[in-house]
Formats: sequence, structure tokens, C-alpha cells
Amino acid sequence: MGARGASRDGAAIRAEGLVRRFGENAAVDGVDLTVEPGEIYGFLGPNGAGKTTTVRMLVTLLSPTSGRASVAGRDVVAEPHEVRLRIGVALQEAALDAQQTGAEILRLQGRLYGLTAKETKCRLSELGALIDLGDALDRRVGGYSGGMRRRLDLAAALVHNPDVLFLDEPTTGLDPVSRRKVWEEVHRLNDELGVTIFLTTQYLEEADRLADRVGIIDAGRIAAEGTPEDLKRSVGQDLVVASTRGEANGAVERLRGLEAVERVDVRGEELTIATPDGPRVVGKVAVALEESGVAVERLTLRTPTLDDVFLEVTGNRLGTDEGGDASEEDGR
Amino acid sequence: MIGASIKAGNGRIGARPAGFWRDLMSVAGRALRAIPREPEALIPALIVPIFFFAVTGISRASALVTDIQSGYFDRLLVSPVNRYSLLLGLMAADLVLVMALCVPVLILGFILGVGFATGPVGVLAFLLLSGLWGLAFTGFPYAIALRTGNPAAVNSSFILFFPFAFLTTTFLPQEALTGWLATVADYNPVTYLLAGLRALISSGWVLVDLLPAMGAVALVGLVSFFLAFGALRAQVRGS
Repeated sequence: MGARGASRDGAAIRAEGLVRRFGENAAVDGVDLTVEPGEIYGFLGPNGAGKTTTVRMLVTLLSPTSGRASVAGRDVVAEPHEVRLRIGVALQEAALDAQQTGAEILRLQGRLYGLTAKETKCRLSELGALIDLGDALDRRVGGYSGGMRRRLDLAAALVHNPDVLFLDEPTTGLDPVSRRKVWEEVHRLNDELGVTIFLTTQYLEEADRLADRVGIIDAGRIAAEGTPEDLKRSVGQDLVVASTRGEANGAVERLRGLEAVERVDVRGEELTIATPDGPRVVGKVAVALEESGVAVERLTLRTPTLDDVFLEVTGNRLGTDEGGDASEEDGR
Repeated sequence: MIGASIKAGNGRIGARPAGFWRDLMSVAGRALRAIPREPEALIPALIVPIFFFAVTGISRASALVTDIQSGYFDRLLVSPVNRYSLLLGLMAADLVLVMALCVPVLILGFILGVGFATGPVGVLAFLLLSGLWGLAFTGFPYAIALRTGNPAAVNSSFILFFPFAFLTTTFLPQEALTGWLATVADYNPVTYLLAGLRALISSGWVLVDLLPAMGAVALVGLVSFFLAFGALRAQVRGS
């Protein structure tokens, strides 16, 4: 991994006390984060958590209400032009001009970043595998499928060889095959070229598989941060989850009394028992539930996911991993 | 039995109804013959479309709204592109289009016999003045596009400026306008623009007509560019 986009103080992205208010409502309410050069940082949160607003501030589209941020060593407010020269941005919804052909959009993109026609051509052949549009490149974007648009969008963000790449929900609304393809490309960019990548996502799997480090954002604040492994370990080694019929509160005291049980959480009709040794505890849990007269619908032993981390730090589930293509409306 | 008794062959030549279609063609034919013989009557008809080209949504302002709504404008804004170019580039495209649209109108005029008192240079001046007017005017729809981001507002914006087109001396000589109509026409920059264009065609290089025309274009341009670039700055500032 290279170290492109390093700032004078070493960080590719640094935000300190970043706040953005829209009227009374603080969409981003004091975000501090540091992304090292060459890192893939995943910003995980539900719709409306402030992900897009944060990205828009980092890419110079939105000025912070307070706080400061620098990208590739340049302050986003004081030197926006310098920041823009060093970043590539693929915003939500693959914003492209439907009236132009894919090739025209990419060439325009090259020109806007001061590349000569020859340099652009060279870059486009380097990006060929990613673009993967074949003849469609010379057709108008209006007729492209969602996956094609997304690939073109990503290519447009990369034409000028940026040091830091921002991807706002890069796979929202994509089918599983296209999604996997984007993941592979993000990994390749990072591995081979050392591009620092800041990506937002509402998909747990995406954050888990792609990101070196994950920041969980909820209600405009970072609720937890760390590598996916560290975050998951913070919840517990193993989880025993019992779905019950009716209230399960009666069993909680008895469960807490069990050996090797670290924590018991009840949320509605779901009991979560964190333990360092799941296989040893699961039988005892079953017995304890039985003795407490709790009707168990399903009993599962599993390792924690980022969703459990999310639940732990925010009190809510992030939801299913197939969130559809609902899009975040803030920051517009 | 005089007059109606001229003989030819077996019948006599006498008056009879020509029929509706023939009458129609006779009258139309006369009218058409007259047109190239008094081309000055065509001048308002040549100038007015040019005014409308500029006013009625030739501008790329609705495309700009589409860009803002789709997010493509953001993609441009995160690039190091010069912020003024984002608007001036669209305006330059408008200028080219307005001038291009003027060409067939002028050609039609030439075919019908309209001559330029100012010669070929006058034709260029006419195109340039029309184009600059289009450019000056286009600031308004861009200002609306950037302030509202609403395609309906942009598309209907030209209605606001419709009175400009009619409350002028385009269709009536100045003396025929009275009262408030005369006042409005006096303050309407279009009056001076049209006087200038008309002078290029029929009177020659008349500075008392041309300078006010250029002044009117400059004034409208100043106001509309002030509004448009103010709106652009507000968009770009990211607040």
C-alpha cells in the first residue's frame, strides 16, 4: 500500500468537531475522525444519520456550520480548490447527464481536471476493466442500466487519478452481482494504487467486507469506531439469541446468574446473551428459559455482526441488509 | 345590347362567377406579389422572432435545473472547474444558438427582398446585437434556475417578460402609443433594441438609434448577470 494523499500531519482525512445545521436540526453534530493514507474507511449508518452531509462537507460541496476538516492535507474551507484537485467523488444516485454518451462524459471529466486528450485516453484504457461497457460507451447514458451507470460514475471519479476517493453509498440499489463487482474494484484500487477510500454505506456486509475501519454514525454523531473485528469483539465473543413469544423479562435474572454469561439484553421479544463461550452456555440458557416459563420460538448461537454493534451503541437495529434503494435525503 | 355582345366562336364572352377557389387564389396572389415590393413591412416580422428566440426558453437554464436535480451539477462542483465557467459556458452555447437561429430568419428576409442599408457588415452587426441581447436576457432564466431549482419556474419565467415584447414600438409607431403605454414603451429597453435593429436594416449606421440599442443590451445584461452570478455564488458557496 502506498501513502498517497498524505497530509503534512500524515492523515488523508481529518475532521474535528464537524457540525452542520439545517435550521434547528443538526444533521451532523460534532464528528471527529481521522483516516490514514491507504485506508478504507467505512461510514456505516441508517438513512438520515448524517453520512451524506458529512461527505458533502468533506468534498467541499457544503460548508460546515462549525468545526474543521482537511482532506489530503488541505483545509476544505480555506483551500477548496486544492482539495478538489486531489479527490475523486462518486455521489449517491450515480449523477450523470442522460443526454451524453458514456465516452463524452468521461472525456469531459478528463478535460475538467486539466488532462490532455491523450492522457484521458490513456487513463480510460487503464480503467477499461472497471468501465466494462463495451460498445455501450458510445451510447447515451439515458439507456444505461443501474449497474452500468454506477460503473461509469466510478470511472468518472477516477479519471484524474485521485489520492482520496469518496464513495457515497456506492452499491445502493445494485443487484448482488454488480455489488460484488464494485467491491472487487474498490479493493483493487486500494491494494494496487494505494488510494485512500472513504465510503458510506447502510449495508453491514459492505462495511464488514470492505472497510479497514468502520465508523458507526447515528443521529449526526459517531457512536463507535474501530476495525470490524474490534467492534464485533466489543459486543462479545459469542451471542445466544432467543426469540420468545411474549415478554421474556422474567428470565433475565436467572440468565444473569448463569456462569460465563457476560451480559443479557432484552428488546421486546428478543433476548441476547453475550458470552465468551457460546457452545458451553447455550444448553444452560435453554434450561433457564424453560424453567422461567418463557416460550421460546427460536434459539440461535452465532458470532456478533456489525448489526449487533449497532444495536449495542445506538439502541436500534440498522435493519435488514437488503434496504432496497431508499436514499438519504439530508444534505441536499 | 352593348358590351355584353362581343362574340367569339359560337359563344360570347361574358362575365360569370369565377368560383370560390379561383377568387381565393387571385386575392392571395396579389397580396404575395406585393410583399417583395414593400419589404420594409416585413422588418418587424423579422425582428420579433429574434426577440422571442432570446426570451422564450432557448437558454440552457432548464438543462441546468436538470443537472442540479440529478446531482450532475454537484459532480461539476467537486471538480476544479472554474466556477464562472459553469454559467458562462452555458451562456456561450445560448449565444451561438440564438445567432444560428437568426440566420434562417434573415435568409427568408433576403429572399423576400429585404435589403440591409448597412451592407454585409450591417448583417454581422445585426447578428451580433441579436446574439448579445439573447445573452443579456438569458441571465434571468439562469438566475431563476439557480435560485429555485424548479423546472416549472424556469419554463414559465418567460411569461414575466412577455410584456416586454408587446409594450414596445414593434407593432405600432411611437406616436400611436398614448398614456401609460407610451410611458412603458419609453422605459422598455426592447424599444431601443428594436429601433437599433430596424436602423441597421432600413436607415444605415444611425448612431442615435444604435447607441441606445447597445445601451439597452448592456443595461439588461448588467442586471441579469448580477442576478445570475449572485445566484451562482449562493449555490457554489454550499450554505
